[in-house]
Amino acid sequence: MTNISLEPINVTRGQPYPGAPDNWRRFFTFSTDHKVIGIQYIVTSFFFFLVGGTFSMIMRGELITPDADLVDRTVYNALFTMHGSVMLFLWTFPVLVGLGNYLVPLMIGARDMAFPRLNAISFWMIPVVGVLMLASFLVPGGPSQSGWWAYPPVSLQNPTGNIINGQFLWILAVAISGVSSIMGGVNFVTTIVKMRAPGMTWFRTPAFVWAVLAAQLIQLYGLPALTGGAVMLLLDLTLGTSFFAPERGGNPILYQHFFWFYSHPAVYVMVLPAFGIFSEVLPVHARKPLFGYRVIAASSLLITVISGAVWVHHMFASATPGWMRMFFMVTTMLVAVPSGIKVFGWVATIWGGKIRLTTPMLFALGGISNWLFAGITGIFLGSVPIDIHVNNTYFVVGHFHYVLYGAIVMAIYAAIYHWFPKMTGRMYYEGLGKLHFALTYLGTALTFLPMHPAGLMGMPRRVASYDPEFAYWNVLASLGGFLLGMSTLPFILNMVSSWIRGAKAGDNPWRAIGLEWLISSPPPVENFEEIPTVISPPYRYGTDEPLVATNLQQELTQTP
Amino acid sequence: MKLRAILTLTVYAILAIFASLWMAKQAYAWFPPEASAESKLIDDLFSLFTGLGTFIYLGVIGPFLYSLVFHRAAKYDDSDGPHIEGNTWLEVIWTAVPLALVLGLSFASYRTYDKMAVRGPMELVHLHMPQMMQSAYAEPFDSTPQQEIQNALESAPLEQIDVIAKQWAWVFHYPQQDVSSTELHLPVDRRVHFTLKSEDVLHGFYIPAFRLKQDVVPNHEIDFELTPTRVGTYRLRDSMYSGTYFAANQADVVVQSVNDYQQWLADAAAQTPSAAFNRAAYEYSRANSNSDNGSTKDKVAVRGWETIPPAPPPVVNYAPKQEPQSPPA
Repeated sequence: MTNISLEPINVTRGQPYPGAPDNWRRFFTFSTDHKVIGIQYIVTSFFFFLVGGTFSMIMRGELITPDADLVDRTVYNALFTMHGSVMLFLWTFPVLVGLGNYLVPLMIGARDMAFPRLNAISFWMIPVVGVLMLASFLVPGGPSQSGWWAYPPVSLQNPTGNIINGQFLWILAVAISGVSSIMGGVNFVTTIVKMRAPGMTWFRTPAFVWAVLAAQLIQLYGLPALTGGAVMLLLDLTLGTSFFAPERGGNPILYQHFFWFYSHPAVYVMVLPAFGIFSEVLPVHARKPLFGYRVIAASSLLITVISGAVWVHHMFASATPGWMRMFFMVTTMLVAVPSGIKVFGWVATIWGGKIRLTTPMLFALGGISNWLFAGITGIFLGSVPIDIHVNNTYFVVGHFHYVLYGAIVMAIYAAIYHWFPKMTGRMYYEGLGKLHFALTYLGTALTFLPMHPAGLMGMPRRVASYDPEFAYWNVLASLGGFLLGMSTLPFILNMVSSWIRGAKAGDNPWRAIGLEWLISSPPPVENFEEIPTVISPPYRYGTDEPLVATNLQQELTQTP
Repeated sequence: MKLRAILTLTVYAILAIFASLWMAKQAYAWFPPEASAESKLIDDLFSLFTGLGTFIYLGVIGPFLYSLVFHRAAKYDDSDGPHIEGNTWLEVIWTAVPLALVLGLSFASYRTYDKMAVRGPMELVHLHMPQMMQSAYAEPFDSTPQQEIQNALESAPLEQIDVIAKQWAWVFHYPQQDVSSTELHLPVDRRVHFTLKSEDVLHGFYIPAFRLKQDVVPNHEIDFELTPTRVGTYRLRDSMYSGTYFAANQADVVVQSVNDYQQWLADAAAQTPSAAFNRAAYEYSRANSNSDNGSTKDKVAVRGWETIPPAPPPVVNYAPKQEPQSPPA
């Protein structure tokens, strides 16, 4: 084990406004403080979460009746395209990068990310992506209507004939988002590998940091494929090249390989940090060490490796030969092993603990139960014969929304509540938090469970109209969708009012063990006055063993 | 104490097994009717997955909920739980068991796939001989297709049908009789060989009652085979998103006795081709007619953007009088 740490760099950083933790203006500046950037990411992406959620509620409004009668079919197709694109590229990816940005340097005892300016640039690309995506509603022909996969030939069809069409803006936005993510990946990997505090060996590094590392490694190997595919698609669309266009001799299936080579691992880019959050939140609120911490930490990297060879399971019904279907079926099912290790470890963590059902704990537990369900339906989908029936049906839609909303969004909420006192120095309102949890959990089940039977009966995804036999399940899902929309209201109210006038939380309201809890809330600009020396593994609940070298701990607890 | 724990665990495990068996039985009811030989295989496999999945779900969620109920801290209890970092044996077990389980499920899926004798886009030269259905890589195991498929293969030569998908219509062409139709008629208990073609974008050839699906790719001719086993009318849906009128791109599938099927072919061959009803073309012309207020654009609350115009209604020998009106599934 090597314990490399960079010496504190004592140069004044150029910041337009003083970055004092109580100066709210810093959130509107080109700040290079990872904590400011983290919150900028979280708040910006939450705005887009609401935008994407509005799109989905219009879609659920359309689908509450079998006929296409609320919006025109072109509008519906644009809505599901933009819903998927906004939710992935402007909410889930950036919000998790934001949480990682805020937490990783604090958790590893660093003063900032490795490349603070690069970090700020990565963030400021996100509003650009958002503006491009939303601007596509204003161009002739409307936004892209080819789904978030943008499969050619549909994505190459251009009824208006304009070069600057919705699809063009979409590709541009995705490419910029990709560049932002690659820069973020470089930054995270460097920070985690090089800047851990002295004494923080790999098996003293928190599970969340392991998960972020595993996720960002995927960004580094996967995103170039997607970006390459996007550039070729752009050339096909604008210059008339023939990579994918069948009428010019191109191969549309090739695009699917480029797309899914990244976009399936991308699911793990999102779910791994969520796993990391579960692994952090459970020990604190169950007062017990993370069960099998080393295996849980290492299984994140195992997922990174396996996820590089599963992408064809999205193409079992495409033009893929039998051997390919069989090979990717086995690799896909193997992902269940590291995922299972984590789930069993979490259950063993809370078993026999001293559980406190605080809001972050509720969200984490809810997220794990949803993940369990989604993981099981995922194995169904990995089986080629079953997939040949349910591929591209609502069964798939139900499955991945259980992953994305049921597990990942729940984890994000858990993280926001759990670290809210650290970020703001104030406590959220527990009652509103529990209300938020109840609405979210019920809404998730009501929206996404009915999609499974609808899919098994044969309802294809992406349809603006459907046969009356599916109406029952769709009415339920629509009601659930509106409930989910409502569920964000107590959250927003809670966050805004607690930040302004919540009770002072103190530095460590959860009595949690972790470097981030040793410093004041909100943390000072440079995080640690003196870089701590880690002397024991994380999650030492039930022992009196200190986490950092003693003299330093006293010093830190004495700071007001 | 220990005895009680073992007893509780045993009772819970037995209950979970019964619940899983019950779910596995229920699973058959979640599908449209089984109308092909392949659908039976898939439903059996799905039932197996459902049973095992339910058992795993209950096996995890039971202790999870138990813990949430009985391991809560009392209100003013600030103490920590026991310091347990892990248990190597437990960790080995819960790595090895899922590994064995998914490998087993992969194997079961592989056997099912083999028995379905799916013809995907292998782009291989194939002979219409049953023994050629055995794929080379399946040698070590019994890889004969499902009995019904075997019987169908032995009783008659493959029924050849060309399927043409376009934005947004399905046309079925019977090359031996040179008959075209917008409704897919199939003989029961016969192996049918489709040649799937697309004229423009990707489409998905999907008949839920048959549990079978294959994407249709422009510039490729994709072989696809299936064996209808139940007389009735079912729905064919486009399963790969194909643009504006994607959701309306559906057709009826009529499975008939061999005699009725032959009769239908003969009747259709006698008819002169005429333009069929086409939902997409109908909606498009309504939306773009300048006539008066009767256009569909006024029926929706939010007007749309420009779209790729649908192909003109296909000219075929046989077309149902109206849009697809098949009963559920």
